[in-house]
Amino acid sequence: MRLEPIAHPSLARRAGLPALALLATLLSAMALAALAGANPLAVLGQIAVGAVGSKFALLETLNRATPLIFTGLAAAVAFRARLWNIGAEAQLYLGAIVTVLLGTGALPGLLVLPVTALVAALAGGLLLLGPVLMKTKAGVDEVVTTLLINFILLLLVSYLLEGPMKDPMGMGWPKSTPLVTEARLPRIVEGLRLHWGFALALLAAAAIWIIQTRTKLGYEIRAVGLNIHAARFAGIPVNCVLVKTALLSGGLAALAGWSEVAGLKGHLSLDLSPGFGYTGIIVAMLALLHPLGVVVSALFVAGVFVGSDAMSRAAGVPTYIADIVLALALLYMVLALGLTRYRLVRG
Amino acid sequence: MMEIFDILLQASFWAAVLRIASPLIFATMGELICERAGVLNLGIEGIMVIGAFTGWIAVYAGLPLWWGVGAALLAGMAFGLLHGVLVVPFGLSQHVVGLGITLLATATASFAYRLILPEVTSPPKIEPFQPLGLFGPILGAQTALTYAAFGVVAVVAYVLYRTPLGLALRACGDNPAAVAAQGLSVTGLRLGAVMVGSGLMAVGGAFLTLSAFSSFFFEMVNGRGWICIALVVFGGWGPGKALLGAMLFAGFDALQVRLQQTGIGEILPYQLFLALPYILSILALILMSRRAQVPGALMIPFRKGER
Repeated sequence: MRLEPIAHPSLARRAGLPALALLATLLSAMALAALAGANPLAVLGQIAVGAVGSKFALLETLNRATPLIFTGLAAAVAFRARLWNIGAEAQLYLGAIVTVLLGTGALPGLLVLPVTALVAALAGGLLLLGPVLMKTKAGVDEVVTTLLINFILLLLVSYLLEGPMKDPMGMGWPKSTPLVTEARLPRIVEGLRLHWGFALALLAAAAIWIIQTRTKLGYEIRAVGLNIHAARFAGIPVNCVLVKTALLSGGLAALAGWSEVAGLKGHLSLDLSPGFGYTGIIVAMLALLHPLGVVVSALFVAGVFVGSDAMSRAAGVPTYIADIVLALALLYMVLALGLTRYRLVRG
Repeated sequence: MMEIFDILLQASFWAAVLRIASPLIFATMGELICERAGVLNLGIEGIMVIGAFTGWIAVYAGLPLWWGVGAALLAGMAFGLLHGVLVVPFGLSQHVVGLGITLLATATASFAYRLILPEVTSPPKIEPFQPLGLFGPILGAQTALTYAAFGVVAVVAYVLYRTPLGLALRACGDNPAAVAAQGLSVTGLRLGAVMVGSGLMAVGGAFLTLSAFSSFFFEMVNGRGWICIALVVFGGWGPGKALLGAMLFAGFDALQVRLQQTGIGEILPYQLFLALPYILSILALILMSRRAQVPGALMIPFRKGER
């Protein structure tokens, strides 16, 4: 058995294989539900109802999708250049730290929101710059460095919450001083629990799509990702492109932290992100790294999480079914992508 | 400085170094085998979690301790097979598949834990491996699994450098076309290496539940897998130097725990001490990457007849 490249994959192949991957995901979810002793179809139904079945459920899904759009875009932008940023979790938390730092009275009223967002994004970008420089200057694999930085940043948050940023009114809970009202993102519609972070996430997706399809940087990022040696030979400033990609990707991940603190929670705590940074990788891969696809897949992934929470309470299947199903979805999709470009032949 | 000196003179410090190093040694050897054969295995973190869980739940279910180790080994090899099939014959991105395996294995452990023990709030304890009590206070404080870890290093070094199989494995990582020209199967060798390596990673995870903590917690692996990847680089892809790296690393880890209880620990926040292992790993990567002998075909899928 060996792989033979396909020069021009047919449309059926390009659309059919990802569709098969989604079908396999669905079947796996049903198998896991059966394994847990529940009725597979009923479990799927309960997940769907729990995700979009009521106004409350739908808003919860949109809220959950907001940080995932940002971290999904962060992964999509970086992976397009074959820059393996697995540090979105750290960049998210740094964005949140900056938001609390500037949003608790340090800045005057009107400036607070835009300045916290900008500085948070910049800080996240700079945090990814370290691993990128280690990659370009010393040849250190950025996967490992970005992963290790995630652990360091979480310890930094733990330190800040017990010391300098501790909420004096927190009754012993490890959380930060709350943001001032001017630093909070308002709700889109008064009375509905959905903040402007969601709209800004959509805007970010559109902006990244424009950058990727309509600008020189987008072209250069694709060239570096397709073949770094060819790109260098063609005169593209590869290191410079990688630095710009890092600033963009780290910045997007940091905005997830900014939007969670300024839009949803109002303060920083150690459970701000249940792994949004890592889930962003799944979101990006399911979207085949397309920025507008990221929005769709973030909604799907958020729905699976929110729906599974509701289903778990009713059907007694552990909520971790969501994590398994999404990890499987990632592997199925990577396999489907691989098989679009190669076919297995004998010999 | 006097505090550090005092700590270095304690037998309990050196006993802790060997204990902390043991899971790292198993997992580092596992990763090293994979990478020498040309496959980066980022599934390591999740495979350590599934190993920790499988070993613990098997012993909790009534199996003897060594069967628990065996169960962890098999679980690791199963995930290794999945990783191997996706990245070797199918040639998919080793980065993405590896992360996917880590997410899948971690989620599988959590799901199975909740399925088997739906109601418990704190995980039940098991009777772990006991210290053997041989050869004085430092070696005597170690369990049989620590001795096994050092045994594994010797076996890996012997097989890699002294047997035809080792030669073929190293060639798979450096020049797979030469292996294929010898009529050997690059796919088979790489698959085997990933499976055996993943099995060792899982045993490293099982050390945590069966020898160190006697119970299973969701966050217990806590980045050890990623640290082992750094240790492989630090050791220049050689088993001896990687062992040295794991010991050095464990030394710093044992030292930071003890320094927290001295005068230095009162001045500096404890989080800084906890961050030390990760910071050291990054420093080690920067210092060693330039000089390191990276296997020439690491992360490059092999396709027969393609150049």
